[in-house]
Amino acid sequence: MTAHKTLEVGGLEPPTEYHPSVWQREREAYRRRQTFRSFVIATISTAVVGVTLVLVITGSPGWERVKQTFFNAEVALDALPAVAEGLWLNLRLLVGCAIGALTVGLLTALARTLRGPVFFPLRALATLYTYGFRGAPLIIVLYLLVFGVPGLRLSGTPSVLVLGGIALVITYGAYLAEVFRAGIESIHPSQVAAARSLGLTYRQTMRHVVLPQAIRRVSPPLLNDMVALQKDVGLISLAGPIDAIRAAQIETAQSYNFTPYVVAGVLFILLAIPLIAVTDWVTLRAARRQSAEGAR
Amino acid sequence: MTTSEPISPTTPRSDPGPGDRPDADDFSGLVLRCRGIRKSFRGNLVLRDLDLDVAEHDVVVLIGASGSGKSTLLRCVNLLEPIDDGTIHLDGEHITAPQVNPDRVRQRIGMVFQAFNLFPHMTVLENITLAPERVHKVPRATAREKAMALLKRVGLADKAHEYPDRLSGGQQQRVAIVRTLINSPRLLLLDEVTSALDPELVGEVLTMIRDLKNEGMTMVIATHEMGFARQVADRVCFLEGGRILEQGPPEQVLGDPVEARTRRFLQRIIEAGRLS
Ligand SMILES: Nc1ncnc2c1ncn2[C@@H]1O[C@H](COP(=O)(O)OP(=O)(O)OP(=O)(O)O)[C@@H](O)[C@H]1O
Ligand SMILES: [Mg+2]
Repeated sequence: MTAHKTLEVGGLEPPTEYHPSVWQREREAYRRRQTFRSFVIATISTAVVGVTLVLVITGSPGWERVKQTFFNAEVALDALPAVAEGLWLNLRLLVGCAIGALTVGLLTALARTLRGPVFFPLRALATLYTYGFRGAPLIIVLYLLVFGVPGLRLSGTPSVLVLGGIALVITYGAYLAEVFRAGIESIHPSQVAAARSLGLTYRQTMRHVVLPQAIRRVSPPLLNDMVALQKDVGLISLAGPIDAIRAAQIETAQSYNFTPYVVAGVLFILLAIPLIAVTDWVTLRAARRQSAEGAR
Repeated sequence: MTTSEPISPTTPRSDPGPGDRPDADDFSGLVLRCRGIRKSFRGNLVLRDLDLDVAEHDVVVLIGASGSGKSTLLRCVNLLEPIDDGTIHLDGEHITAPQVNPDRVRQRIGMVFQAFNLFPHMTVLENITLAPERVHKVPRATAREKAMALLKRVGLADKAHEYPDRLSGGQQQRVAIVRTLINSPRLLLLDEVTSALDPELVGEVLTMIRDLKNEGMTMVIATHEMGFARQVADRVCFLEGGRILEQGPPEQVLGDPVEARTRRFLQRIIEAGRLS
């Protein structure tokens, strides 16, 4: 045990008081000067661009009109309840579709990684699905499901909202499947060999060893797709349900003023900010972990 | 071969062909018995009709040139690679029979790899308790207790809650060995477990393996460390041309080999400065 201890000298404590060398002090001073200069240049250029933009726009001959039709506080306040109610639908759809698409994507990816002739039909089906639905435009899938399926006049046909959600789930599921698959295949086979050598079954190996690592690795692109999904959820209004943008459109038609669209846009951005922030944070963490792995 | 005495390296062996039904008597005292192992990768024949017996408490060291099939043999024994022909028996049970569940077999065999292969998303403790909890259905508290006891024995108790990438290579490899020891394997397969280590870290891993030998662990070890082979082996097997060309006590195989090709291999090793 003592023998191990002597091997672990890790972080060396400086034996006496530490004085940086002349070179080190000069390097640090130089770095400080550089940082300061970059900061000043960036600040000034940002300010110049900003002020110029504001002056050009507000000084333009049509500014008063534009302000009236796009940034009318009164109209905004009037439109807010309807648009917010539409946004609530967006939000519910987003959560439902996200869960659905993630599940479909993960299951498809798992099916595509199965080996052996027994699984050929499953694998082929999963491959066909990812090929087909990554190519198909979302709007066409949406129209086919929302207008085509009720046209069959089967009893128990789900509502347009559910059908639209299904269209989103199968389209996004195909994309997410490829993201998951890339993650699974990025895990080195030696990890699987180690797990199997411990007696874990294929399923246990996937669940406890491969998937946790794979999902961590692809969480930045996954979250990015969630941000994209959040916007595409609005397409469902093409089939009837009133989401935030459709609500804004109705308001606009009544008031002949475009401010409701701006309200909807701002609400969308507000909704996206937390998701984007989480994405950035996860990406940063993944990058840091990778550089830590690389530094070993 | 007589039934009672443990297999000794110098005992001449009558080899049944790969398809022959092995005599029940042949298994007494044998943990591992390979007969007529054949394995190829896309037409590249790596093992051809290889035979290997490992008696209980025996330490067998596999040596041979790079690409001679040492790793392949270990992976075949652990059923990580399907064999193309031959039979493998573990404790007298035919583990390459068609209806055998490989997962059940691997629960009784431990394997340690050159690159450690610890799970990077789990702490040291989680790495070690994964198989006991999930495979052997040991209660979590018991598994943790046992893991801590083992870690303590190898001087790594203070690293239990670290992630593997915070450990040195030698520490990681010792954790990897503990991870398989906790399952009380009947047979331990070690594949060049020190090759990825800095020279000053090799010692701590080798010490651990020597301790295991003294405790009676049955092991098959692939290695390029001839000095270590000499110290720890009960028998050294030289792999060449897909089979075991020469085997015997370390002094004989490493010191005074019969076969010219073994001599040549050892000569090259000496020239490379690896025979200590
Ligand atoms: N999964 C695989 N696919 C194809 N060929 C393989 C595979 N694994 C091993 N081989 C081939 O089998 C042969 C034996 O490889 P193996 O790794 O068993 O040798 P080794 O004796 O362990 O060598 P080393 O001392 O370098 O570890 C090599 O020619 C190798 O290229
Ligand atoms: Mg090898």
